[in-house]
Amino acid sequence: MKVRVTLPYHLRNLARVEGEVALEVEGPVSVRSVLDALEARYPTLRGTIRDHGSLQRRTFIRFFACGEDLSLEPVEAALPAAVAEGREPLMVVGAMAGG
Amino acid sequence: MSGVRVLVGTKKGAFVLTSDGKRKNWDVAGPHFAGWEMYHVSGSPADPNRLYASQTSGWFGQVVQRSNDGGKSWEPVDNKFAYDGVPGTHKWYDGTQHPWEFKRVWRLEPSLDDPDTVYAGVEDAAMFKTADGGKSWSELPALRTVKGDLWQPGAGGLGLHTILLDAKKPGRMFIAISAGGAFRTEDGGKSWKAMSKGLLSKYELPDPQAEVGHCVHCIAMHPSKPDTLFMQKHWDVMRSDDAGETWREISGDLPTDFGFPIAVHAHEPETIYVVPIKSDSEHYPPEGKLRVYRSRTGGNQWEPLTNGLPQKDCYVNILRTAMAVDSLDQCGVYFGTTGGQVYASADSGDHWEPIVRDLPAVLSVSVQTLK
Repeated sequence: MKVRVTLPYHLRNLARVEGEVALEVEGPVSVRSVLDALEARYPTLRGTIRDHGSLQRRTFIRFFACGEDLSLEPVEAALPAAVAEGREPLMVVGAMAGG
Repeated sequence: MSGVRVLVGTKKGAFVLTSDGKRKNWDVAGPHFAGWEMYHVSGSPADPNRLYASQTSGWFGQVVQRSNDGGKSWEPVDNKFAYDGVPGTHKWYDGTQHPWEFKRVWRLEPSLDDPDTVYAGVEDAAMFKTADGGKSWSELPALRTVKGDLWQPGAGGLGLHTILLDAKKPGRMFIAISAGGAFRTEDGGKSWKAMSKGLLSKYELPDPQAEVGHCVHCIAMHPSKPDTLFMQKHWDVMRSDDAGETWREISGDLPTDFGFPIAVHAHEPETIYVVPIKSDSEHYPPEGKLRVYRSRTGGNQWEPLTNGLPQKDCYVNILRTAMAVDSLDQCGVYFGTTGGQVYASADSGDHWEPIVRDLPAVLSVSVQTLK
């Protein structure tokens, strides 16, 4: 089963993809394992969602799924079954900021 | 057929402006990387089709782009700028120590003879180098050992914005940091020395003659006279004739000696350009008149250049990396404004025309002379 990921406009441009991305994720489906798979497929996204070294989420990036903001959950926590089973996407979102 | 390519970085994308040697009619391509802050776009002197661009965003961080065809197409290269070892701390706005944190690349300076070698000046201030066309970056860490703990960010951040390469002495480089000061290396970055003797920062530093911490806005050099440096400091226009060992003020009869960029004429090493700005509190031209000032005497005597520039109700700023020259027979001078205009003069500053008027705020202008 592939995990679906939606990316913000600028990261879709950077990765040169349109619409959603579908990824094979190894092991338990968590934010960390999905991002590992995403960056392995699209190396140009490294450093744009999480820090190269610490792997901390960048301040103005949020993770949404199934109507919930999962940004502050542990990155190893299992994502909802609907995401793991490909029924719902994990949304990588650029936070509202600025004016 | 000679021509010019003007590489413009703005708050919302990059633009490539091209013209033939007459510099009357311009082709405007862009925005490239629309919506991103483009701090610097530069071309390799060794291969004019090799360009590098610093693409940055508060949301998504730093990306470095490379073009092999003069800016028609681009590919992202490595964007990992990891400080060497334990980064340590520098002075923060409130005087406390603050960990070094990479934020963005302010300047990309390609080597004079190798398109794959590029120096990057970054915020928080440090110097990085790639020797493989951007596939990997490594820090030249000795720079931050020159009292880096005393460097303090200016209002725009602790950015390394100026990198000058000396064609006559390989390994010699001059760099400047706001607000760390100016520094020189003679050995390709293995060791550095602060260039501060003669600099005076009465209102910015508790010790006005401190070795480091001066808010140097820009340094310029003519390639034929690399021991002569011209500096636009926060306040004061300065000159050194001994490769930065000592400085003397050359503000002379300028209406104000605050400003950001400084440039040297391509063929006249004693002809220099600044754009006076009213003050550190009011970042716009005095009296609402946009005037470039030119000195043909290496400083002190200045003349306003106004032909074609707005002489009323003009309240834009010209940032430190937003002025450059070409090296055609009649030297061209270019600058971009925070109001989105890019002005060009094809006759050393005597007459100006806008190439474009309504770009996003211009962060940087660099020029390639295509022969």
